[in-house]
Amino acid sequence: MEPIDTTLVDWSRAQFALTAMYHWLFVPLTLGLGVIMAIMETLYVRTGREFWKQTARFWMKLFGINFAMGVATGIILEFEFGTNWSNYSWFVGDIFGAPLAIEGIVAFFMESTFIAVMYFGWNKVSKRAHLASTWLTIIGATLSAWWILVANAWMQHPVGMEFNPDTVRNEMVDFAAVAFSPVAVVKFCHTVSSSWVLGAVFAVGVSCWYLLRGRHREFALASIKVAAWFGLAAALITAHTGHQSGRDIAQYQPMKLAAAEGLYEGGREQGLVLGGLLRPGADWAAPSEQSKFLFHIEMPYALSLLATHETDGYVPGIRNLLEGGYPLPDGSTALPAEEKMARGRKAIAALAAYRKAKDESAKSAALAELRDNFAYFGYGYLSNPAELVPSVPLTFYSFRIMVILGGYFIALFAGLLIACKWLPRWTQWKWALWVVVLTIPLAWVASQAGWVVAEVGRQPWAIQGLLPNVAAISRLDVSSVQTTFFIFLVLFTLLLVAELSIMTKAIAAGPETDNPTA
Amino acid sequence: MLIGRIVRFYLEGFRSMTLGRTLWGIILLKLFIMFAVLKAFFFPAYLQGDESEKEASVATELTDRATTETHHGTD
Repeated sequence: MEPIDTTLVDWSRAQFALTAMYHWLFVPLTLGLGVIMAIMETLYVRTGREFWKQTARFWMKLFGINFAMGVATGIILEFEFGTNWSNYSWFVGDIFGAPLAIEGIVAFFMESTFIAVMYFGWNKVSKRAHLASTWLTIIGATLSAWWILVANAWMQHPVGMEFNPDTVRNEMVDFAAVAFSPVAVVKFCHTVSSSWVLGAVFAVGVSCWYLLRGRHREFALASIKVAAWFGLAAALITAHTGHQSGRDIAQYQPMKLAAAEGLYEGGREQGLVLGGLLRPGADWAAPSEQSKFLFHIEMPYALSLLATHETDGYVPGIRNLLEGGYPLPDGSTALPAEEKMARGRKAIAALAAYRKAKDESAKSAALAELRDNFAYFGYGYLSNPAELVPSVPLTFYSFRIMVILGGYFIALFAGLLIACKWLPRWTQWKWALWVVVLTIPLAWVASQAGWVVAEVGRQPWAIQGLLPNVAAISRLDVSSVQTTFFIFLVLFTLLLVAELSIMTKAIAAGPETDNPTA
Repeated sequence: MLIGRIVRFYLEGFRSMTLGRTLWGIILLKLFIMFAVLKAFFFPAYLQGDESEKEASVATELTDRATTETHHGTD
């Protein structure tokens, strides 16, 4: 059999990343703006003020534009699973299929039913029924995200399944373990709360643009107050769930944590790198006499504390993870990568032997060997332990971009709330208004950086420990993957330009308040 | 009766759309491009045949790829 070309692996990954990143331009705004418009409508129903109705309707219009542009872009990812990632799709079919099917049937129909009432039902259904539809629309969209994130979390931490060598598939044996795995729960909370932050940044940014233009002042100030409170709460939840996510990574994906921290030599009492510059061209899979940083600032003990809740907790670095021999939390000793690779090869050989075996005793022996070594199945495809090291610079810098911007958003929302309460003249400070307007794209930068950490940091795995990309992809011509990559680039860019054009026109038109200059 | 009211609700809603018409146009165009062009011409299902053939094909790929070295790059 012809070997797999790494160029094919790279282009397959690039194509999937491109599609997922474009898709993720639309999704977080839907999740974030959806809650903001629902809060505005709740204020309308509670106060009876027509002003809140107009405010809710304006944010609903922007929500609708984004929803229409983003809807179904995720379907392309499913096409890619079938064409470009066929081994992966087959291998995980039963696990991945269930959450995606539930997402399609329950959540999608829920949101698509209530969205019609939300847009067509003004003055046709009661205020409370309309409000319920608005909330159910965004709850439906959020439930959609739940099932997608359950599928993603399973790839990061596969649980609740048993591998069937007859079908060459993982079969779900514990639905609850898959749907409510700790990784899935934390991932959902972190992703959704960070999307709320993005929605809040968008709302305060657009509102500040109106203040700069001297239009819709009452609307803008009211929107800023609501969105800043919501954004502050969401940003604090995001920080908390980010910490929990870090604990999960320390436990289930220690290589990702080591890459995000630029930690080559691990140990006890590890400090957290607050900032620094990595040495360009450093080989992160091999020891070197020079430091792998040009410079860095550390907070003593903080990484051990964050990862293990103990100041002297052991945190393995890249070298430790490759060489093994360090103590695991359960008291056992970590295996070296070479041994994991050897056990992976045994598992794969056992699968081949099982499928060729003619009699029951040979089958039983092969099955026992497969089960003993299945946890390392994916390691059998690696030819060098260095392949286990993800891109450290990309993971390290993306992590810091995400965290620094997360801290900035907390300060921004808190600053806006303080200004609204105690500094009434702040709306005349043009520089401040511009800062808020220019923060809008940074919300997307932070959100995308978070996904880069999550996905680049877990390379080379399509499924953690079980299937690396080199085994997961289909044997296609590189040129066909390159062609579709550029088709998507053009298609999604056109879609983005259309969205920006329609969105900016809708923002320029503004809300339908009685007095646009008020 | 109830179905008739639901149908009228949707019909009136669609008729009263302004910006929504443009958005629906974009959604339909996007779905057409996805299913009639991309899916049909660029994304055929890679695995062919019945379940046992697909299963055998994946098994062969998964077991043989571990024994063949990865070729690094085409350049």
